[in-house]
Order: sequence, then structure tokens, then C-alpha cells
Amino acid sequence: MEREILKRLFSEMLRIRMVEEKIAALYPEQEMRCPVHLCIGQEAIAVGTCANLARDDYVLSGHRSHGHYLAKGGDLKAMMAELYGKVTGCSKGKGGSMHLVDLSAGFLGATPIVGSTIPIGVGAALGTVMRGEGRVTVVFFGEAATEEGVFHESINLAALKKLPVVFVCENNFYSVYSPLAVRQPEGRQIFELAKGYGVESHQADGNDVVEVYEAAERAVRKARRGGGPTFLEFKTYRWREHCGPYYDNDLGYRSEAEFQEWRQRCPIDRMKERLVRESLLRQGDISEMAASLEAEIREAVVFAKESPAPEEEQLFDHICSP
Amino acid sequence: MVVDDRELKFSQAINEAIDTCMAKDPRVYVMGLGVPDPKGVFGSTLGLQQKYGTLRVMDMPTSENGMTGVAIGSALVGMRPIMTHQRVDFALLAIEQMVNQAAKWHYMFGGQMSVPLVIRMIIGRGWGQGPQHSQSLQAWFSHVPGLKVVMPATPHDAKGLLIASIEEDNPVIFIEHRWLYNVSGPVPAGWYQVPLGKAKVVREGSDLTITATSYMTLEALRAAETLAEEGIGAEVIDVRTLNPLDETLIMESVARTGRLLVADTAWKNVGFSAEIVARVAEKAFPYLKSAPCRVALPDCPAPTAPELSRYFYPHAAHVAAAARRMIGLSGDGRMAELAPAVPLDVPDPSFTGPF
Ligand SMILES: Cc1ncc(C[n+]2csc(CCOP(=O)(O)OP(=O)(O)O)c2C)c(N)n1
Ligand SMILES: [Mg+2]
Repeated sequence: MEREILKRLFSEMLRIRMVEEKIAALYPEQEMRCPVHLCIGQEAIAVGTCANLARDDYVLSGHRSHGHYLAKGGDLKAMMAELYGKVTGCSKGKGGSMHLVDLSAGFLGATPIVGSTIPIGVGAALGTVMRGEGRVTVVFFGEAATEEGVFHESINLAALKKLPVVFVCENNFYSVYSPLAVRQPEGRQIFELAKGYGVESHQADGNDVVEVYEAAERAVRKARRGGGPTFLEFKTYRWREHCGPYYDNDLGYRSEAEFQEWRQRCPIDRMKERLVRESLLRQGDISEMAASLEAEIREAVVFAKESPAPEEEQLFDHICSP
Repeated sequence: MVVDDRELKFSQAINEAIDTCMAKDPRVYVMGLGVPDPKGVFGSTLGLQQKYGTLRVMDMPTSENGMTGVAIGSALVGMRPIMTHQRVDFALLAIEQMVNQAAKWHYMFGGQMSVPLVIRMIIGRGWGQGPQHSQSLQAWFSHVPGLKVVMPATPHDAKGLLIASIEEDNPVIFIEHRWLYNVSGPVPAGWYQVPLGKAKVVREGSDLTITATSYMTLEALRAAETLAEEGIGAEVIDVRTLNPLDETLIMESVARTGRLLVADTAWKNVGFSAEIVARVAEKAFPYLKSAPCRVALPDCPAPTAPELSRYFYPHAAHVAAAARRMIGLSGDGRMAELAPAVPLDVPDPSFTGPF
């Protein structure tokens, strides 16, 4: 794989990690007054997938969408302002963390009703085909979304119409505090579900950005050629609490040992080791990279904090298209 | 002797209602996302699985629509399910099962079967829950014949109404407001029912009737207190059951006061508040001294920005100001005192994050 791509995958992951950690650090100030679902630990999936997309390809996501938005090229300042409920936010303060959008980056929207953007992604893919466009649509969702009826209804249509859509399932084993064991039968491999619909399907290590990149590359290429949909299941792990800035292993729904095991498999550390080992980056380069990202993020936070809040009249803006 | 002056939080009262019914009746079971998890649906289902086992207290796949049908099926053959949704908004996935199936099974098969099903759902106001996590859709459910709709406002009623709902042989939509969860009040121990279909006068007054739903009952009471200091006697009625509606109590009150103000947690347009106004206009028109008035949400989705929540959620000051206008008083009186001290995206300062 090209050195530049490897470096880019690393820096994009680092950027998302640093943004999420900044949010976690600032959240206790109580100025970001909306639920936040951080993707720390899962960055490789967003980055490895989106690195294969053109700017005008489409992406949709759910409640845990910061990484997808940023990896697709969503504007950082507008995202931070949205978290702060400001009028300069990507949704003008109407949506918060759970409703990100950046049309100029092809990020068609993220909404927090589990599974509900899957059919919308399939519909976007249908629309692009009807319009004769060569775009690919990627829908990101957690493994719990595969339990919703709409997932099954939508993937069936995608298969039927051979739509240019890639289903990216981030299997982090939990839905809030509920493990897969209370939701799906023992021994189920989620990616096998898609095969039942006649959709090409693969499983890969979601904490290995190169593996993600390569799996997504094949899926995106196939979709672009008119070869139809692919389902990708990436196993990964959410480090922080389901919703909010802290850790929640103390609740007892999962073990500290399990968390530590996944913590050791940090997608960013793994990539960093490889880059250093292969002399693609030196420690100094990484520090420099982090410093410039820190400056960018700090600027975005300042922008968000200093932006004006929406005014009363704006409550009634955008209810319907004029 | 049972000491009845103990206080419980709303969430504990709900928990106790379920516990009491499960202990009494082995047909009662609980199903819902996160029901047995360490947070136990904001405390309302904590400890139940330990007590009643994994068969009667179960988590479920993230499949609201299918699982609602499953609950209905089990009810048809003799079980009494309690389905729990952490938000009203998630229950919408199951609207077909609720409206087409549960609501009509008794009617469309000529009364041969019934669906003793309780569907709990929580209105998740505040902390930027926003457009898809904080809707008050009681009017939708109340519109459908065959569904009973309950919205308790106090811990006492939460327990008594939930027990009555579980005992009920028809599907009951039981809507709980997240802002009531931490409110404490007296709750009798043991089994008792607050009957469905009965509203309650929670404060007496002779100048106007404020009819309120759920959390807005607390705001109405707060308003009534300040109005009293100005010499205005507001009678406050907690609707408690939206369908069937206790028309009699509301008409009696309006016949005495001659004025009707409705305070609802939902949108105004085609809202539940409109139903009460319509019924009073139809049946108590001669008693009305002034046009009825509604205090409800403005007709736009719930915004996330905390600054906008200030303009979105009506509170005691709005209720009191509307009451003064109805009485014909000018100016805002002492209404400024009623403006909440905390931002309108949290019920009290103890809320410091997502919930
Ligand atoms: C239809 C619906 N049901 C329930 C919820 C509550 N909820 C929010 S996030 C979440 C967890 C979903 O788990 P998963 O899809 O695996 O994503 P993860 O949080 O693990 O990233 C749930 C159940 C919801 N938002 N929408
Ligand atoms: Mg998950």
C-alpha cells in the first residue's frame, strides 16, 4: 500500500481520537448540552472506509457518528458548534451531536433512531442510480441495527436492485449495556445474515485500519462498477460509556479485563508502531502532527464557544421547505 | 399496621407497581431494551430480574415493532406483558402493531379475545435530546379507539395507575415524563389501584379551571400558588387518563369556575389540549365566561440548542400569565418570580449530563 495512504489513515484516526478526547475533556463544563456518543476505539472503521470514497459519494450514520462525519470530510468547526448548540453548527443548533450533516462533504445525515438511516442510505443509492450518477453510498450502523426490521427490508431491496451501497456494521458487541448474548442467538456471525439475502459479505478486524481499508476498497469498487451491494462487519470495541464522556466499566455490564484487552488493540497505536517500524514516520513527525491537530481542534472549540446561539425566531425556521 | 406516609421517587413508585403485580400474578412479565441492565430504565426496573428471573424480566433484540407483536401474541394466550421503551420516539417503530393490531384485536374479532398489554414509554425532555428523543405524542394514541392512554403526574398515581393498567384487560399506553422521575411524594405500600378514566382535582379554586397533563400538572400547581397570592383561585385538575377522558369532573369544575385553561406537554396543533377545549365548548358552553386557552408546545420539533429550549418549553409563568389574561387582568403581575432558576433543559440542578 502506498506510504502516503498509510500516513493519511493514521493522521485521520489521530484527528478523530483527539477531537473525541477534547469533547470528553470539555463536556463536564456543561456547555455541550446534548447527548454525545463517542467513537474512541472505533476510529479505524470510519477512516479506513471513507478513505475509499470520493467527496461526492454519500455517507449516512446513526447516533455514534462523529468519526464518520469527520472521516468523510465534514467540517470540524461546524460540528463543534453543533455540539455547543450554536447557530453556526452544521444543523444550525437544531440537532446537536446526534444529528450531524455536511452536504458539501457528501455526509447526507446522521440520526439516532437505531437502524433508521439504513433504508435512507439504500434510497440514496437508488436515487443516484435513477439519476445516472456513479456515486457510492455507505451506511454506518452498530450491530444492534441488524435486529431492526428495516435492516432486513432494506438489504433485500439493495440486493434485488443491485444498488451501489456498502453496509458497514460496527460490531462492538453491546447495545448500550446489553450484550449480544441477550439479543442474538449464540454463535451467530452477523455478516452471515447478509449472505442469506444474496449480498456479498465479509468480516474483518475493525481495529486494523489497513484491513478495513482493503475490505472497503473492494466493496466500493464493486459498487461503483455496478456490481451491487456489500455488507462489511467489523469487530471493534467502544472504550467510553455508551453516551457521555466517561468510562462505565464499573457498572458491571462488561469486565475491565475485556476492556483492557481491547485497549491493547488500539487501532491508532497499532498503526503508529507500524509506521515507526517501517520508518514511514518518526516520533518527531507524530508529535508535530499532534500539535497541528491540537491547534486545529482548539480553534474549532473557540469558534464554537464564541458563536452566537440561535434566536427565538429561529425556533420556527426550517419546519417546512419554503 | 402499614405506615402510609413514606415517600418514594416517581421511578421507585413505577418499580414498586411492577414488583407488586409480578408478585401477585405470575402472568405478568416485563420486556424492553435495557430493562435488566445496571441502570434499569432510569431505575424503574432495577432489581426485578434478580427477583423474578430472566424469563419474566427480559431484555430484547433492538426490534421494537416485532417485539410489540410478540407481546400482543403472548397476551392473547394468557400472559400480561409490560413492554418498556426508554423514549416515546422508539415506540414509534411499533406503531403498526399498537394501532392496527393491539387496539383492534378485541373489536375486529367480535370481542372474543382481549389484549392485556401495557406499553410504557418515556418522554425524554431536556439536555439536547432534540427532535427524535423528546416527543409528546399522547394525542396520537388517544385518537385511536381501543387504546387506553395514561399519564401519571405524581409517584402515588404512577404506582396506582400502573397497577390498574396491568390489571386492565385492554392495551394501555402508559406515558411517563422523564422530568417526573426524581420527584418524590407519598406512596402507599402494597397493592392499590388508581382507577383508569378518573381525573383528579389536585387544587381547588373558584376563578378558573386549569386542566393539565403529566409534568404540566406540576407547572400548573406552581402557577396556581402564585395566582393565589394575587387573589386568583385556580382549580387544577390532573387529567391522569387521557382516554377514556373523565369529562364529568372537568365539566363540573368548569361549570363552577366558568373558565378553562389547558396545559399540555405536547404540541398545540391538533393536540390533546384541543380535545379538552372542544369537549368543554360542546358541553359546557353556557358556563364559559371567557374563551378557553391552551398552554402547549409551539408547533415545531424540539430543538437541541439549550438557548432554544427556553422558547420551546412553557412553564408556570406561561400558565399564570395566560390565567391572568383570561381573568381580564393586565400586565404580568408577579410572573417574573415564576421564571425557572435553572436552564430549561434540566428539571433541577442535579442533572449534569445526558440522560
Ligand atoms: C429504535 C431505537 N431503539 C432504541 C434506541 C436507544 N438506543 C440508542 S443507541 C442504542 C444502542 C445501539 O447499539 P448499536 O447499534 O450496536 O450501536 P453502538 O451504540 O454500540 O455504537 C440504543 C438501543 C434508539 N435510539 N432507537
Ligand atoms: Mg454496538
